[in-house]
Amino acid sequence: MIPLNYFLILSIILFALGAIAFFIKRDLITQFMSIEIMFNAANLAFLTFAKSFTSLDGQIIVFFVITVAAAEAAVGLAIILLIYRQKKSIRTEDINSMKG
Amino acid sequence: MTDYFWLIPFIPALSTLILVLFGQKLPKKYVSFQACFAVFASFAISVISFAGLLQTSHEHLPIIKNLFAWIHAGSFHADLALQLDPLSSIMTLVVTGVGFLIHVYSVGYMAEDEGYTRYFTYLNLFTFAMLILVMGSNLVVMFVGWEGVGLCSYLLIGFWFDKHSAANAGKKAFIVNRIGDAAFLLGIFFIFVNIGSGEFSVINAAIGGGVITQGLATLIAILLFVGATGKSAQIPLYIWLPDAMEGPTPVSALIHAATMVTAGVYMVARMNVLFTFSGSANSVVAIIGAVTAVFAATMALTQNDIKRVLAYSTISQIGYMFIGCGVGAYAAGMFHLYTHAFFKSLLFLAAGSVMHALSGELNMQKMGGLRKYLPLTYPTFLIGAIAIAGIPFLSGFFSKDAILTSAYANGQYFVWALGIFGAVLTAFYMFRLIFLTFFGQERLTSHAKEHLHESPSSMTIPLVLLAFFSVVAGYVGLPVVVGKDVNFFGRFLEPVIHGAHEAHLSLGMEWLLILISVGVAVTGIFVAWVFYIKNPKIPHNLVARFPKLYKLLYNKYYVDEIVNTALVNSTIKGSEIVYDHFDLKVIDGIVNGSAKTTNFFGKILSYFQTGFIKDYALIFLLGAILLLGFLLF
Repeated sequence: MIPLNYFLILSIILFALGAIAFFIKRDLITQFMSIEIMFNAANLAFLTFAKSFTSLDGQIIVFFVITVAAAEAAVGLAIILLIYRQKKSIRTEDINSMKG
Repeated sequence: MTDYFWLIPFIPALSTLILVLFGQKLPKKYVSFQACFAVFASFAISVISFAGLLQTSHEHLPIIKNLFAWIHAGSFHADLALQLDPLSSIMTLVVTGVGFLIHVYSVGYMAEDEGYTRYFTYLNLFTFAMLILVMGSNLVVMFVGWEGVGLCSYLLIGFWFDKHSAANAGKKAFIVNRIGDAAFLLGIFFIFVNIGSGEFSVINAAIGGGVITQGLATLIAILLFVGATGKSAQIPLYIWLPDAMEGPTPVSALIHAATMVTAGVYMVARMNVLFTFSGSANSVVAIIGAVTAVFAATMALTQNDIKRVLAYSTISQIGYMFIGCGVGAYAAGMFHLYTHAFFKSLLFLAAGSVMHALSGELNMQKMGGLRKYLPLTYPTFLIGAIAIAGIPFLSGFFSKDAILTSAYANGQYFVWALGIFGAVLTAFYMFRLIFLTFFGQERLTSHAKEHLHESPSSMTIPLVLLAFFSVVAGYVGLPVVVGKDVNFFGRFLEPVIHGAHEAHLSLGMEWLLILISVGVAVTGIFVAWVFYIKNPKIPHNLVARFPKLYKLLYNKYYVDEIVNTALVNSTIKGSEIVYDHFDLKVIDGIVNGSAKTTNFFGKILSYFQTGFIKDYALIFLLGAILLLGFLLF
């Protein structure tokens, strides 16, 4: 039996990788992928606790997360596509038209 | 027969409503027909109600029709209720009767005007408001009518509002009336606080029962009377009436001669119990009335504008009505109101006919010799002038004599003397007007002479009818020298006039007073004849001898100038100072300051809005960490 902590540590590492990637990468597609990694890190944590508490709640939440992530991916990619059409670029430093 | 009296004001109201909604689409002929018919229908109901009232015994008076409960708030009650009693019956007859003739006259007079429909809408609205004023059974309903006629007066004075002077005259009338109305309203409040009701019957009973002290009664009566001085153009609030002549002439006849301006007299007569109880308020009314009667008459002496002479004459005649009320002879005051409505509206309409003939000429110095051109206007005008001058057998004589006799009989010799002096002046300025307009040499401008013609029959028929009434209207109130109990008018009003003490003189004394008032009237006419027919140089010589006096009178004692400098200009200057210092700096400062503060904080916060996704994500992450830390520790 693999101890609980291993899964949690893996989850933290995945989350940290996703967050770091989000901040150091400069194009929207990669950033988008790093967000997906963070999602999965969270999913892993949910599943871990669901298994250890033998409760179905965590697993149900994971289903929801996956569904929402799929929808979010569709909307997000569409937005990125439109930004590209407007700006001919998907580099984050070029996108600041919402500056106050 | 009195069942439907409450319909009287609502027929003109319905007509107004139709004209407001559809007037622009209706043909002119229909508009005038409907407007005249509505007033005529009211007149018919007024006559029927009057006949019914004659058969009603005194115990059943007043007949009150409570239409609906209007304001019920705590102990404050005011219903929309109308009443029929001798006083309101006389007023409805005058308002609708004279009003109908003036409506008919207007059909001819306003025929060419662009605002034809608007004119008749206002005229019907006025009739409605005036009827509400005289028929209201409590002070609140009366006040609604009181303000309504003020509004219509404003609208009709400024009827030709593209003319600067007319627009200004309308504003002046409205503002001066506001001052009086403020006092009037205060008086009503005092009554509500101390008596707890605005119903006239309740007020009369409360005063009879000694609910309020004499001092308080005087205060209330004076406040109400200040309102009356505004509406009825008495000193010191008379200044708006001469300017009100900017309106169409039929309006001057209806509103500013026959009906609205006499509302103050009606109100004092309606509140006669209060005024009589106070006593000293009555003296104030009598003295203000007497002084106004003479003061306005002197101003009429030198005016050259035919309508302004009549305007000052109206102020002066209303002064007489107040003398009547002030000396306790309310019936005599109301009697003069009633006869004055006929002969003064006749004079105004005849003056309008003269203007119409001369293409709008108002200056009497540019008239003269019109007798032969205006075969109907001239005799009717003359009848009006004889009636107002107080020559026996015409209506004005009976009513003026009734007032002056009562003043003398009640020991108010000073008021009586002023009244007699005013009577000389009245006869003089009226016949000065007649002689300058219809006699002597023609001094017409070529423009005026071009279209010189007698007015159409829709204008002359009302003139003839009013002339007829100016002659016969007085015979319902014959003086006591003719016989006992011939004063039908006075007896009819008895149920309304409570506790008025009619002092009686010996018959010889009565005859003497009549002789004096006839004598002064004849003297006035004779002097006018000498001045303007026999020896037209005399007025010029007099002007040359007393230039200062003439200028003082000609410029109406400079009252307008004094008011302008003392009140109007200082108010404007004060407003400018307030505008510069308070409005611009304080009010605008607060508004702009709050906007600036918001803007300032917005600017600071907008530094966080860089537009870069990463910055937002960083802040989001930091926030999440903080929240986590907060939850964990």
